[in-house]
Amino acid sequence: MLSLDRVSKSYKIGTFGGKDLLAVRDVSFDVMTGEVVSLIGESGSGKTTVGKMILKLIDISRGTITLDGEDISRVHGSGVKSYYRHVQGVFQDPFSSYNPIFKADRVFSLIRTEYYSGMPSSEWTGKLEAALRGVSLDPGQVLNKYPHQLSGGQLQRLLVARALLLDLKILVADEIISMLDASTRIDVLNLLADLKSRGMGILFITHDLSLGNYISEKTVILRRGAVVEMGATDKVFGHPSHPYTRLLVSSVPQLHKKWAQIEEELGAPVAGISGCPFHDMYPLAGRMPERPADEPTLVQLEDDHFVGCFELESEKVRQVA
Amino acid sequence: MSLQVSDLRVYYRTLAGDVKALDGATFAVADKEIMGLAGESGCGKSTLGNSLIRLDGRMKYVAGSVTLDGNELPIWDSKEMVQYRFWDVSEIPQYAMSAMNPTRKIGKMISELVQSRGKRYSEIKPELQHRIDLVGLQRDVLDRYPIELSGGMKQRMVMVISTLMDPALLIADEITSALDVSTQRAVAETLVSFRDHGFVRSMIVITHDVSILYQIADSILIMYAGKLAEKASTSVIIEKPLHPYTRMLVSSLPEVGVRYADKKLSGIPGSPPSLLNPPTGCRFRARCPLAFSKCREEPPFVEVERDHWVACWKATGTDA
Amino acid sequence: MTAAPGTATAPSPPSQDAAEDATPPAKRARGEFLFFALRSKKFLIASAILLFLAFLAIFGPMIDPTDPIAQDGLPQRHPTLDPGNWFGQTYFGEDVFAQFVSGLQATFFVGFLGGGLAAAIGMAVGFTAGYRGGWTDEVLNMITNVFLVIPTLAVLLVITSYLQARGVLFEAIFIGMTSWPWAARAIRAQTFSLRSRDFIDLAKLSGRGSWKIIVTEIAPNMSSYLFLTFILLFGGAILIAASLDFIGLGPTGGLSLGLMMFNSVTYGAALQLGIWWWFIPPGIGIMAVVGALYVMNVGLDEIFNPKLRET
Repeated sequence: MLSLDRVSKSYKIGTFGGKDLLAVRDVSFDVMTGEVVSLIGESGSGKTTVGKMILKLIDISRGTITLDGEDISRVHGSGVKSYYRHVQGVFQDPFSSYNPIFKADRVFSLIRTEYYSGMPSSEWTGKLEAALRGVSLDPGQVLNKYPHQLSGGQLQRLLVARALLLDLKILVADEIISMLDASTRIDVLNLLADLKSRGMGILFITHDLSLGNYISEKTVILRRGAVVEMGATDKVFGHPSHPYTRLLVSSVPQLHKKWAQIEEELGAPVAGISGCPFHDMYPLAGRMPERPADEPTLVQLEDDHFVGCFELESEKVRQVA
Repeated sequence: MSLQVSDLRVYYRTLAGDVKALDGATFAVADKEIMGLAGESGCGKSTLGNSLIRLDGRMKYVAGSVTLDGNELPIWDSKEMVQYRFWDVSEIPQYAMSAMNPTRKIGKMISELVQSRGKRYSEIKPELQHRIDLVGLQRDVLDRYPIELSGGMKQRMVMVISTLMDPALLIADEITSALDVSTQRAVAETLVSFRDHGFVRSMIVITHDVSILYQIADSILIMYAGKLAEKASTSVIIEKPLHPYTRMLVSSLPEVGVRYADKKLSGIPGSPPSLLNPPTGCRFRARCPLAFSKCREEPPFVEVERDHWVACWKATGTDA
Repeated sequence: MTAAPGTATAPSPPSQDAAEDATPPAKRARGEFLFFALRSKKFLIASAILLFLAFLAIFGPMIDPTDPIAQDGLPQRHPTLDPGNWFGQTYFGEDVFAQFVSGLQATFFVGFLGGGLAAAIGMAVGFTAGYRGGWTDEVLNMITNVFLVIPTLAVLLVITSYLQARGVLFEAIFIGMTSWPWAARAIRAQTFSLRSRDFIDLAKLSGRGSWKIIVTEIAPNMSSYLFLTFILLFGGAILIAASLDFIGLGPTGGLSLGLMMFNSVTYGAALQLGIWWWFIPPGIGIMAVVGALYVMNVGLDEIFNPKLRET
């Protein structure tokens, strides 16, 4: 299980690094094995930064990320290599993920040299072909080819196959669908769902709510680096409570329903969220103020449904979150 | 106004030969109609949209005619098209957000633009300001540099500029693709309001996102591999499509509310054919679950019922 | 991709990109390279000149086995272009042609060693600074800048006043250690732009260490650029060596084209005595080598960079 606890990332900007830019602030959520968690946010929300921190490509400024209880920021040197046995990533642009001067299956030989150098060729070939079949690719069609000879969908699937060569527990999928054509998107998406049923934990980072809704059990909505709402997918999309979530859900163009109708169906927001800068005045460059470490960052609305907000004036909850 | 396009063919010159990007398009757009033009990448929709306003150096006009309000547009002659561009036909290009000169204030850029077209800035300024209000921007945006605006604001500004002369036909090429979902809606709705206010008479909205088209378009034209596949009103395309490609496309789109556990969607296996040497007959043949022997012959784009055109033997009820 | 179920047994459609399918970018690049290389006049002429001179340098002693510093010919004999007297004699009766050939060898040696050393340092510094960024980059930048502004001539003068004898090796090393900064800068810039690509991240995620990534992912991507850089450093080293030799800061023993020119001027050949055949061959030799290298560089640039081609 992957666990993020009040993770923040700040960059020093300005001359002499005087100012702090908080790209990610106080983000906490878990990804269990056998579950897909969607991390949804628009541009500038910090979702890619979160993904890269999990993959140890960027350092964490504050907070902790743990994999099965072990703090990943304490992992160095050869420990990093074994970390990557369990946690891998696939990125947005399939063509940028491959070194264009080499063949596409070189990504597999990288894994082989680093992790399976002692393995005899025949055994490796068998393992490779099994992984390829696991992502519905025909080895004869995709091996020994250069990236430009394959389609975006095939390239993304090759990357998933590569991840499957290891003992993967968590896969970070960062916008892996957005550059694919409509007809291939679904195939890759279904592949992720299939992996989930085989016991993998997947963090599905996207800006596209309908994709997130299709495939995930849990959803985390990110805005400007902070979590504004999270919980079970059907609850977050079924009765979105945070004004930003409501804005997102009502803006998604749907087939069979016009925007006006969707807005109507959303109904009234949960009673009396006031004092939240997002509520009355969206869009606004609002920032959530610092909270002391022992105060929770989110308010629980119902079972498995949390909201980050300033004041929730209802009888049940009166909490500065 | 109405737009009539008749058997338009535009190819791309390459070292390897001609890429038949647009191979015979015949359709019409009526007055005040917003037509969506959708398809996968490489299907020819951008080529079609661009050829109505400007053929760039790589594109070669091969055949066909384009008539706007009864006048034939000389699309093969870039110089002659100048008098039509911006006045009668206007375009919001892809990546419109980088279309504004970063070293010029926006107002200055617009004044230079209209001056080059023979109008004085002072003449158009009141209308310009009125439209800026309409799209929800502040009037002081004219004194700003493009870099000071957000993506959505720049997009709306470009839309105002492109429609300043009240063109009869507006071509919008993937204007929502690079935007966040919340701005997408604002921009798409602005597009419709332009039509409703009469700033633009008709529109062709090019995109790969069929769901946006469902929200704002009156009719949708689906293209595949350089040919037209189906054209009908939006509700018909979405609810009762006839062409197998349209059907598979529509059913492969995930929606909010549809979960994998409930209904597993399926994609379309295979990939579009090469347009360098396109296959004979129906170009969707290789991926079509309904393909049969007659498909070796290219199906014509015919009207099967009022305002519903399809290019498919099965759809027209022709049997082997 | 697998065909959809139920597809009729229609004749198989042409697969995607059948035309340019099997040739990969690297192989295509090589094929394209040859295609354009053989068409580039600059490249062909430059290569011809260099190959000819290299041939002379290697096989020259076999053509004319005269000892370059043996002073047994008639002094100041005019060249007659007969074997044994191709370029005439110097003031001291040494055979100019033999000296020329020997000088060419030294010139090429300095070029390779000096240029190679500069290239190695430039790559080491450039790759490290570009890949690591941050403080490493700042420090290395500072070092590069220091080396850039060092007045190499002054330093050389100081050093030579302490050394009794200097060989060609010393000269080559000195040149190598002072001419690398621009190469480091250029390589750093390229590395910078490559390191943010996704395939680098993927290599990291495969457990690869930094240097391995630089060598196996980044450098191959820049191979044409590195090659061009080496050629420029090679030519530059030769030019610097010739200039240093000419003003007397070259090797104390040995022979090189620049030294020939130095000798000829010192012993009055140029102006007073009119022994033009003593300094003209080495002069043309240096000009030919360096000039050919620079022209080859331009030609290669055009070959590698499609946008510069004159088609």
